[in-house]
Amino acid sequence: MCGEPAQEAITKADPAAIEEIVSRYGRSSDFIIPMLQDVQHTYGYLPREAAREIARSLGVPLSQIYAVATFYRSFSLKPRGKHLITICTGTVCSLKGANRIVEAIQGLLGVEPGGTSEDRVFTLQSVNCLGACALAPVMVIDERYYGKVKVNHIPSLLAEYRKTEGSA
Amino acid sequence: MGTTRLTSVEELKRWQEECADRWQSRGVQVRVCGGTGCNAKGSLSVQAALAEAAAQLEAEGRGFTVKVTGCHGLCERGPIVTIHPGDILYQNVREEHVPQIVRETVLGGHVVESLLAEVTPGGAKVTSANELPFYSRQRRVVLQHNGLIDPSSIEDYVAVGGYQALAKALTLMTPEQVIEEVRVAGLRGRGGGGFPTARKWLSCREAKGEPKYVICNGDEGDPGAFMDRSIMEGNPHSVIEGMIIGAYAIGAHHGYIYVRNEYPLAVIRLREGLEAAREHGLLGDNILGSGFSFDILINRGGGAFVCGESTALMASLEGRPGEPRAKYVHTVEVGLHGKPTCLNNVETWANVPAIIANGGEWFASIGTEGSKGTKVFSLVGKVRNTGLVEVPMGMTLREIVFDIGGGIPDDRAFKAVQTGGPSGGCLPADCLDAPVDFDELTKLGSMMGSGGLIVMDEDTCMVNVARYFLNFLQEESCGKCTPCREGLPQMRRILDRICTGEGREDDLDLLLYLCDILEDGALCALGSTAVNPVRSTIRYFRDEYMEHIAEKYCRAHECRGLFSYQILAEKCTGCMRCLRECPQHAITGERRQVHTIEQAKCVQCGVCFDVCRFSAVVKTRPAIVRVPDAVSEAGPD
Repeated sequence: MCGEPAQEAITKADPAAIEEIVSRYGRSSDFIIPMLQDVQHTYGYLPREAAREIARSLGVPLSQIYAVATFYRSFSLKPRGKHLITICTGTVCSLKGANRIVEAIQGLLGVEPGGTSEDRVFTLQSVNCLGACALAPVMVIDERYYGKVKVNHIPSLLAEYRKTEGSA
Repeated sequence: MGTTRLTSVEELKRWQEECADRWQSRGVQVRVCGGTGCNAKGSLSVQAALAEAAAQLEAEGRGFTVKVTGCHGLCERGPIVTIHPGDILYQNVREEHVPQIVRETVLGGHVVESLLAEVTPGGAKVTSANELPFYSRQRRVVLQHNGLIDPSSIEDYVAVGGYQALAKALTLMTPEQVIEEVRVAGLRGRGGGGFPTARKWLSCREAKGEPKYVICNGDEGDPGAFMDRSIMEGNPHSVIEGMIIGAYAIGAHHGYIYVRNEYPLAVIRLREGLEAAREHGLLGDNILGSGFSFDILINRGGGAFVCGESTALMASLEGRPGEPRAKYVHTVEVGLHGKPTCLNNVETWANVPAIIANGGEWFASIGTEGSKGTKVFSLVGKVRNTGLVEVPMGMTLREIVFDIGGGIPDDRAFKAVQTGGPSGGCLPADCLDAPVDFDELTKLGSMMGSGGLIVMDEDTCMVNVARYFLNFLQEESCGKCTPCREGLPQMRRILDRICTGEGREDDLDLLLYLCDILEDGALCALGSTAVNPVRSTIRYFRDEYMEHIAEKYCRAHECRGLFSYQILAEKCTGCMRCLRECPQHAITGERRQVHTIEQAKCVQCGVCFDVCRFSAVVKTRPAIVRVPDAVSEAGPD
């Protein structure tokens, strides 16, 4: 289901890099979560090979790694798109129409939250609260915050990101 | 200035005096809020521009200091900049205002009128923060230094009296005396439960087993709450100092701070703080030469709301999925790695230094009979002054929402205030005069929770609010116990059908019945308190539920299908804007002719409502309202 780029990413998850991450935490299985966070930070997701490597290195079953990786929201088992769109769906953002924003983006990209657009440009995710309630509804694309977002601004905004993608 | 490891309380005292002297003679200081809200509004570029201006003036010998501080609280009007001397507060500051601020205020010594805050919209302007009711009505203990000091500077923290409480505890008090002081203070856990902190500490101290652990719960997962984040980001040393004092009282040598992964800045600030404390001999072996040793590790959470529950958090710290366990065995006896563990929330720890420094009686003089001290709230939602506030326990909801929060914007009517996050409830206008403390809120069917106060106006559908929280909780349910795993989706399904107009007569009874089962049967507090949003909305807003079920009408015009959009003929100018923007092409009409919405095509996305500049698009009862002179398009369907 993952195309070419994923294959490439998997080969990048080389044992030496994983080994470095594992030893950063004293090879203790107490630190599986931070280890996986570091892997995710490096590769943008958790490649299967990396999970295997960590399990082997710690001497724990692979299922233990996956139990953690699938329990917590912040881990992704699939590669993500170039740009990460995060919609805050905290209480205040929801009161102020966050679900309409999610729907609008879903409609434009054809993906549910957690999914990546077919062209791998965008990954859409929702987050419980960013604590920026004064700006509700809030959307973050990569590191950039967009406050008081309106549904009708979304198409042109996404088009802009696509455009820079095309020219890059 | 160089870092020297302090080996005695006397050395700390001397260093404190040096820091305080430097603080006193600090000259002109411009403080930029670096809290999340202000950052998102561009405070970083304001800070960069100020730093550049300061560097240029430095060369001419007219330099001033620029400080990035933690959250000032008034997020609504950010980026906030304050200036010493004069305690001047500027709001909505942008990069382009910087030259004017430097020229007129820093060098010229007078205020820039246009950047001052107004007490009420369009009202009188005031110069300093204390003249704004938003600040003057607050009582700041935990947030006392937020917005004043640079959170990444231990010198700043020490200059304002930081680590003096630790010195006092280590040299003048036995661990038992520390616990006694906290007992006298009447401090109760700020994470939501409100358990007496001293009792927890004492049980943990007396529990058998070594090593003992202390944990700071910084996994603030309540949507709409950002108090803990602001404390960790704005004054990390207050949390660290509180933990060291607590560890000394309990007899622990290892501590953990569990921080939510979505809070990267908090992680950075805490890391810097821990490093600085270690370098100065305030953490590590033989702290200040007292013989007491203690250190703290940071753990980033994986993004699971249930990890706010203490046993789940401990499972997560052990590298496992965050599933709670039954708590008939208390974590103070069998906690992390099966050892006695004392877990407190960020705000609880941050209160400790003030209690030790000023005494338990001082702390107990603030607040109500059963709830002492202050509470930090994130005051958000449909309220004018969105932000972070700290008030004495016992202040009424009305004072918080209307006096401090400035009331509801856009001339809308107040409907409810939601406290306690997903485990809390919605309180109607009748409850506005209730004093806010642990016991009162519980009595009303809500709870204190960690401190989110979410204000809702007449445009908020209370059934939908209940559905929102249940949806949140069912997604966050860990799945371990059946009542929570199976009960929440069932309840949500019922709420779903009510919100789509398919509710049944007996649905409310069924919901309340499921609430009873969940409350009795769920393994942890996530499940047992999940009933609060449902029960409280049924208790106070039964009419709205009945309207959805019997009349298929949502009075807040939020639930799709239970209202409709219409165009008022007398207001429509025929500008074609809504017609062009409608993604469903559901609007018809010619230029300068009244437009109409084809109800069959309308998906109620609300774009027409948003874009209309003439308030011609209105929300009404579902497609039955006939607008005078409108083209009759509502066919037989």
